[in-house]
Amino acid sequence: MSLTSSNIDGAQIVAVNSERIDAAMAIQFKEDMRVQTETGPARVILDLSQVKFIDSSGLGAIVAAMKQLGGARRLDLAGLTPVVEKVFRLTRMDTVFQLYATLDEATNATAETGT
Amino acid sequence: MVETFACSFTATELEARSGISAVVDQLRGLGLPTGRVDEVQIVLAEAVNNVVEHAYAGHTPGDVNIHCNLASDRLTIYVQDAGAPLPDHQLPMGAPQDLTGPVEDLPEGGFGWFLIHELTSDIHYERSEGHNNLQLSFEIQVTHN
Repeated sequence: MSLTSSNIDGAQIVAVNSERIDAAMAIQFKEDMRVQTETGPARVILDLSQVKFIDSSGLGAIVAAMKQLGGARRLDLAGLTPVVEKVFRLTRMDTVFQLYATLDEATNATAETGT
Repeated sequence: MVETFACSFTATELEARSGISAVVDQLRGLGLPTGRVDEVQIVLAEAVNNVVEHAYAGHTPGDVNIHCNLASDRLTIYVQDAGAPLPDHQLPMGAPQDLTGPVEDLPEGGFGWFLIHELTSDIHYERSEGHNNLQLSFEIQVTHN
């Protein structure tokens, strides 16, 4: 699993550098997210634009990653490819997370609501 | 015209990933539309993950055998394993998860059977001679090149 992290406009961007978040990857993803987001801004944006497939284990790991942030911080999702978007929509998880088509849209939303 | 193909692998997470990818590549090559292949991949991943995580739980992982049968209007995938039977030898209902509570109570699992039910047109399960036989059907339209 490879995650890279940067800060833009007061939000932390975590990019997933992997084509799959599946059962073989889920536990590692959750642990890597814990390390990446141990401290940092209140808003974390997960860039999923390189992820071409996710299963329910991967979905659960993203939910776990949001819980790890605690109540005062939030996890938004950006750059969902068609399969990833489908899994979130079917499971109604699109009602739990704020989804953005692109990372740009997500960071622009920061600028609007930020200060 | 009917196309059939099969693959087998050991029920570990990494072998499952390769096996699922192999089936998905075959279906793409046979002209199944991308969106449909995506849905089949979701269902197949959930079905195979169940075998890896539940049927062979606590045992040396055995084999997962997958057979695919692609006709002009229907894809049928047979998943067979020699692990423990489904509870009560019945297909789980696959009810949607309750997401209405606070974030800390959100479910992190239990989505698999729901996704399988949502994305298939027909499912059949049979326990026979120490094997689980799961039959997953999809209505499809193949685009011939």
